[in-house]
Amino acid sequence: MAAMMTFTRLSDEEKYERFMQRIEAGEKIEADDWMPDEYRVTLIKLIAMHAVSEIMGALPEKEWVPKAPSLRRKLGIMAKVQDEMGHGQLLLRVAEDLMAPLGKTREDIIEDLLNERLKFHNVFHMPAPTWADAGLIGWLVDGAAIMTQTNMLDASYGPYARALKRICAEEVFHAQHGESIILALAEGTKEQKEMLQEALNRWWEALLMFFGPPTADTTGTSKQDITIKYRIRTKTNEQLRQDFFTKYVPRIWALGLEIPDETMHFDKEKGQWIYRQPDWERFKEIIRNNGPKSQERLELRRTAYKQNAWVRAALSAVRTAG
Amino acid sequence: MERRDSAMSEKPIHFHPDGQEALVELLFQLADDDFLLAYRGSEWLGLAPHIEEDIAFSSISQDTMGHAAMYYQLLEDLGCGSADELAHARPASARRNAVLLERVNGPGHYLREPRYDWAFTVVRHYFYTQAKRVRLESLTKSSYAPLAEVAAKIQVELHYHLLHWHTWFVQLTNAHLEARTRMTKAIQDVAADFAGVLTLGAKGADMVRWGLIDDEKVLTERTIAALAPAFAEVGLDWPMPFGMKHGNGRNGEHTPDLDEALATLSEVYRAVPHAIW
Repeated sequence: MAAMMTFTRLSDEEKYERFMQRIEAGEKIEADDWMPDEYRVTLIKLIAMHAVSEIMGALPEKEWVPKAPSLRRKLGIMAKVQDEMGHGQLLLRVAEDLMAPLGKTREDIIEDLLNERLKFHNVFHMPAPTWADAGLIGWLVDGAAIMTQTNMLDASYGPYARALKRICAEEVFHAQHGESIILALAEGTKEQKEMLQEALNRWWEALLMFFGPPTADTTGTSKQDITIKYRIRTKTNEQLRQDFFTKYVPRIWALGLEIPDETMHFDKEKGQWIYRQPDWERFKEIIRNNGPKSQERLELRRTAYKQNAWVRAALSAVRTAG
Repeated sequence: MERRDSAMSEKPIHFHPDGQEALVELLFQLADDDFLLAYRGSEWLGLAPHIEEDIAFSSISQDTMGHAAMYYQLLEDLGCGSADELAHARPASARRNAVLLERVNGPGHYLREPRYDWAFTVVRHYFYTQAKRVRLESLTKSSYAPLAEVAAKIQVELHYHLLHWHTWFVQLTNAHLEARTRMTKAIQDVAADFAGVLTLGAKGADMVRWGLIDDEKVLTERTIAALAPAFAEVGLDWPMPFGMKHGNGRNGEHTPDLDEALATLSEVYRAVPHAIW
């Protein structure tokens, strides 16, 4: 109690200093702890975006849930997409606690998504026209997600770090689910192999963009410096992309697939992968919700949201009466 | 010869030859019912009224699809073809599901303008789950032991499904006027085809004779007794009589909704013949 009294008397600068000492010492910040506004706002944006990306990320795969080609695949992909929704829910709750002092709730997050004030991850704006796309999303997009999320497992904000631990554990199963679909296609008929190669061609640029531009020069802003300063993440976008190449490029080649970039190779002297940059102008369009499927997927959610308005109203009537 | 007989008795995958037809017919009804309703449930993924429901509903649809898979497996064991083939490749005329379970979730498509009807979904699932619970209870005493075993396994999951749909049914029907109006309309729509769920079709008498399941009249009475308290709870009149407005699916009568569902659910399966996925 005495310590708390002393703390409340500190100036903001002193509080900030103590806060930075705590996170630099590896301590976890909890929802009710004092935190600088910049930290809170950064976390809200990051976690709310992560939450809606899980929810929107369910949509490209959802297209293939009813169409999955066997009973086993139908059950597998249903469970996978359900997990993604579960991650969305878990993260919404983490974001909600951070937003409480600002008088905002998760309804605001969903409405911000539908009104396009809050953007969802750039990778989920892409089309998934075949079953191979569904497999590729599970294998490589979830594989990439494991890398960015593992990078934040030791985040200074405790509730987020704990949520990520659970999410990462499930993502490993997802990557295995995706890999199993991919292996069946890679070992399958000529048509199946072609379907797989075409899916890789379609997704390659999106997988490069997944990690974001190397520096703020590309898009004018980048959160990576702030998130590293506050010990939310440790590696830069480019380091993560290189890690992704190291893990997946040999596996892709081992399946007999071609990466649609003839410059792709590992430079032993530089100790890094050399690759062709994606079209970052296209990236800028995508993150403005002008990607190939941005509006269609948002519209799907808007329709469902409007269509079910009466259900939400009925439930809140029940709550009020209760 | 002797060896073959002993191998067969170790794996009793044959029912009495004269009763086999009735058994196969019953298994197709059970499998197709769960398969089609789970498919309709899977179309809701990402579109449910709120995210918690999306997760819970998906879990129920997975269970239901799993139940269908177990029934198709029993058919495979009886030599009717592979479970995947039975689920994906049979034409509408060979399907034995009740028409109520193939009906679309509402206007639109799961990828474009899905104007799905949550009230219809709640009532259909609630009614069906009650009928399914009654049916399973009877099946646990089935003369075909593999079916009785499967029924006992499925029964365990049904309690939660029933609780889920009962909660929705009561909450929405007792909520504000718009919700009650929508629920009342949905009850009428479901009742108009619910007799199709309750019937065992033309081979029903044989199924009973071979001790596979109880008589449909008995099952119907039990289902009504199970549903009635919920109607008392929400203060609504009992929606009798049940009908088969859109046909009797047990006889292979179906709607264009089923054609559309089969085309979608088997799209990839049919894309590359004989492929392994």
